[in-house]
Amino acid sequence: MFYSLILRVAARVLVPLLLLFSLFMLLRGHNLPGGGFVGGLVAASAFVLYVLTAGVHESRRVLRVEPHTLLGVGLALAYGTGVLALLFGKPFLTSLWVDLHLPVLGDLHLGSTLPFDIGVMLVVVGTALLMVFSVEDRLPGLVEE
Amino acid sequence: MKTLLVLPIIVPAITDVCALLARRHRTVQRVLGVFGAAVLFGAGTLIIAEVHAHGIQAVQMGNWPAPFGITLVVDPLSAGLVGISGFVALAVTVYALAGIDEVREQFGFHPLFHLLLMGINGAFITGDLFNLYVWYEVLLIASFALLVLGNERKQLDGAVKYVGINLVASAAFLSSVGILYGLTGTLNMADLAGSMEPVRELGLEPVVAMLFLIGFGIKAALFPLFYWLPASYHTPPAPIAAIFAGLLTKVGVYSLLRVFTLLFPNPSGYTQAVLLIVAGATMLLGVFGALVQQHVLRLLAFLVISAMGYVVMGLGFFTTLGLAGAVFYVFQDVPVKTSLFLIGGLMERETGTSEIGRMGGLYQYRPLLATAFIVPAFSLAGFPPFPGFWGKLTLIQAGLAQERWAIVAVALVVGLLTLLAVAQVWGRAFWQSATVEEREEFGADDPRGVRALLQGPVAVLAGTLFALGCYAEPLLAFAHDAAVHLTDSGPYIQAVLGG
Repeated sequence: MFYSLILRVAARVLVPLLLLFSLFMLLRGHNLPGGGFVGGLVAASAFVLYVLTAGVHESRRVLRVEPHTLLGVGLALAYGTGVLALLFGKPFLTSLWVDLHLPVLGDLHLGSTLPFDIGVMLVVVGTALLMVFSVEDRLPGLVEE
Repeated sequence: MKTLLVLPIIVPAITDVCALLARRHRTVQRVLGVFGAAVLFGAGTLIIAEVHAHGIQAVQMGNWPAPFGITLVVDPLSAGLVGISGFVALAVTVYALAGIDEVREQFGFHPLFHLLLMGINGAFITGDLFNLYVWYEVLLIASFALLVLGNERKQLDGAVKYVGINLVASAAFLSSVGILYGLTGTLNMADLAGSMEPVRELGLEPVVAMLFLIGFGIKAALFPLFYWLPASYHTPPAPIAAIFAGLLTKVGVYSLLRVFTLLFPNPSGYTQAVLLIVAGATMLLGVFGALVQQHVLRLLAFLVISAMGYVVMGLGFFTTLGLAGAVFYVFQDVPVKTSLFLIGGLMERETGTSEIGRMGGLYQYRPLLATAFIVPAFSLAGFPPFPGFWGKLTLIQAGLAQERWAIVAVALVVGLLTLLAVAQVWGRAFWQSATVEEREEFGADDPRGVRALLQGPVAVLAGTLFALGCYAEPLLAFAHDAAVHLTDSGPYIQAVLGG
């Protein structure tokens, strides 16, 4: 743990902001620069900031799942959308789209690219956190006291 | 059809994810590993049948038309390699059930192994130059992790050399891709084949060719960039070393065959001379290294290098016969190298030493192992009726047809020296009688089930090789078909770009 009052106070504001920003980047990536990879990096940096201020033990508790699981679920989601295209007789990784007309939400244009991007995001977060956590497990003191 | 072509990539991918999610359950991982490899082998066989029946197949990823998207293409060479790698992967996963310790399994042997297979298969079937680079990175990352899995001191020592030299290789490969993209504006290999004019006009063709030769040559362990291989291949456990020896260098020579036949079909005399000199030097130095080695896996590692020289020699002739010999040699070399490393691991396990001079008595106490050793070892030396003989015969015929006496002489001498190297191993490790104290309790004290898991795959590999040697006609015809498709790239380009 890296004791600094300024960092701790700043982190309290920055961590939720960064997480929100990562979601923004993820969704913006649909038609503009951004996407799952960048979103994942931003989300991972939010967690790294949390690790620096609250320590790895506390961060693991807050994350609830292990980074391995994030990695696995993310890969499964990304491959899953690719395989889904095969089930519809299209080549691997082809994007699938549905247009829905719902009474309240209006016209929706839903595609399989979003779950793919979420998968990528989970993989990036999982990988980054796996690295940070392993460094801490091997070299206690580098990140935590 | 569209589904079949992506199976070599997504089957290991799905196995990888499932094994990752089940990382706390050792049994689930083991079952998944074997099942995934079996499905992969099945898919590979179907692809070979499909390509054999209907010619070159291509599918556009994400439905983006070539040359804008990424194309997966399977011609006879790719199909054969995918099928054979599925076969040896299955053999190695079964062997690994007993040959890999529990700690390595806990730290992700199974997910990493399938990640490696995904990278290898991706490299074999992609039709895009940059995508080939990406698959190289996938297989390299997996191989780095597999190499250091277990954290032994010698493993880290080997891995530093391996990682260092591979970074150089990736840089050379990426530079050549960059030059090509800058001059032609495309990365699709079939499209590139028709857009090489600007590169030729600027006289950059030999430059790009040599950069590719450096990049792929390092991965294929060609002279003078081979030293990382004997420094690292003996460090991981036998199943990991076996899959490295069987497949990783083959990805390098596959890329050489693909890129040189497609992009530089009419090489300058300079390029051809460089290829033949590299081939000769690789063969000679590999076998010289093997002759002086006492450590069994290191000796085998030097023989891996020597064999790569034969393949590059076939490429260097740039004739259909030469390419047919090269393709046949690659096909049979995959199971040869895999089984030799698996047997090398068993020799160490049974005698408790890796020094060939201190082994002995294997012929007396482990006759099955001794019989299984004969097939790949003498196939490597080019002894009839084993498949290596047919490969070398074709290559030498191609050399004689071109009147390249020097390289033919080198190939023949190296064949003899290889025979000497493996005969030494045979004489000392197998025929020499065990010392008195060894005779007391010979061999690893393995239960029957463990021994079956270790020796079964070895026996199957050796049996297949023997059958291939005695009845080589179908594989020779297939290799010839592959070579025809390599020399005449028309059907390949048409399959990718359509029309």
